[in-house]
Amino acid sequence: MIDIALNLIVVLVTIGVVMVTVLLHVAYLTYFERKILGWMQDRMGPMEVGYHGLLQPIADGLKLFFKEDIVPAQANKIIFTLAPILVLVPALIGFAVIPFGRDSIHIFGLTFRPYVTDINIGILYILAFASIGAYGVLWGGWASNNKYSLLGGLRSAAQVISYELSLGLAIVGVLLMAGSLSLVKITEAQGGGLLHWFILPQFVAFVIYLISAIAETNRLPFDLPEAESELVAGFFTEYSGMRFAFFFLAEYANMILVSCIATILFLGGWHAPFEALGFIPPVLWFVVKVYFFLFFYIWIRGTLPRLRYDQLMMFGWKVMIPLALANILVTSAVLYFVRV
Amino acid sequence: MPGEFVPTNYLPILVFIAIALAFGGVTLLLGKILRPSRIYKAKLTPYESGSIPFSDARAPFPLRYYLIAMIFVIFDIETVFLYPWAVVYNELKLYGLIEMALFILVLLVGYFYAWKKGALEWD
Repeated sequence: MIDIALNLIVVLVTIGVVMVTVLLHVAYLTYFERKILGWMQDRMGPMEVGYHGLLQPIADGLKLFFKEDIVPAQANKIIFTLAPILVLVPALIGFAVIPFGRDSIHIFGLTFRPYVTDINIGILYILAFASIGAYGVLWGGWASNNKYSLLGGLRSAAQVISYELSLGLAIVGVLLMAGSLSLVKITEAQGGGLLHWFILPQFVAFVIYLISAIAETNRLPFDLPEAESELVAGFFTEYSGMRFAFFFLAEYANMILVSCIATILFLGGWHAPFEALGFIPPVLWFVVKVYFFLFFYIWIRGTLPRLRYDQLMMFGWKVMIPLALANILVTSAVLYFVRV
Repeated sequence: MPGEFVPTNYLPILVFIAIALAFGGVTLLLGKILRPSRIYKAKLTPYESGSIPFSDARAPFPLRYYLIAMIFVIFDIETVFLYPWAVVYNELKLYGLIEMALFILVLLVGYFYAWKKGALEWD
């Protein structure tokens, strides 16, 4: 009985730490995005609230919290309310299986592992829940009873399912090499320095994953579901206040999640690039790699123009999927001849 | 790895889902209590660039979305088939390689059929 209680405490503390970390990162990711975009466009970015605008995310959060929340008269109230939660929850719980570091921490005789749980279907679990998020977007778009929302929701759903295929197929290459679906085991399979990371043998898969991940999270240059110039705000046009904030939170949490997965699948997770640098804590390596991907996201946003929708769908179906399938065939054949 | 299934590993996920749901619910509820609500008719009309909406938004939409969804379901299931194969590929050896090459070939036939039929076009 005490054992169960202690385990529960460990689990609750780990979940708490993970959730607070993710939410804080989401808040400050919006700040860094505005700052970096500002610098890229020769502006200052947020400067007013706090030192160099450092308190801006907190001000934004408070504002959204106290903002009036409007439900349009013709909207379907229940679905309209449920949609933001249905988008947010999958984005958050994906972090349950992410191994952030190597070492467990021992305090008061309790062992805190660097992940919430390690299940043997880790990556499948994340993909499964990521798909549920698409329902939230579709619900939100439909329930609003607004033309922009409906179009945005439809576009988003079509885009997400199209790129989910190439994303899933790209991951198969990594699974072939690692021989496991558990993210902990995939990380462990890449030990021993830079040359053992899967980015080298699976470079094609890495590029496919990166492009699909940007499309999955509806980010520029694939942000057609919320293309301001034609669809106002896409599926969350009618949302305001905290519900709007949830869509926003989910988008950024998803960005962090796919960056974490990219780090684990292709950049060796918490492994140091050289054995000699092993004295730096593994968690730090993980964070640095994730930050690189997050910066890459913003960098892409500041660089590339938006695609046209038909180009986006054609690219997904006619380029990414054949490439990903070819990658699987080549990887499995090469692996067979190497391992014989 | 086969035979390593530990259901207790899944309990933290249930706890996590519960906490994430509670986070969503409590935040929305707190917001509902704290924020103002001064609504009037014009504020509740759907946004349509400033004009009064001239028709219901739930109009028929292109059938193409439906077609894409259908193709997705087919291909996604085939993708899921690849996952267990990839995990045990080491043990399957040549049998696994040939078997999956055939599987992907069949998949490609369907893919090019859909392509030639114009199911992937978006104009």
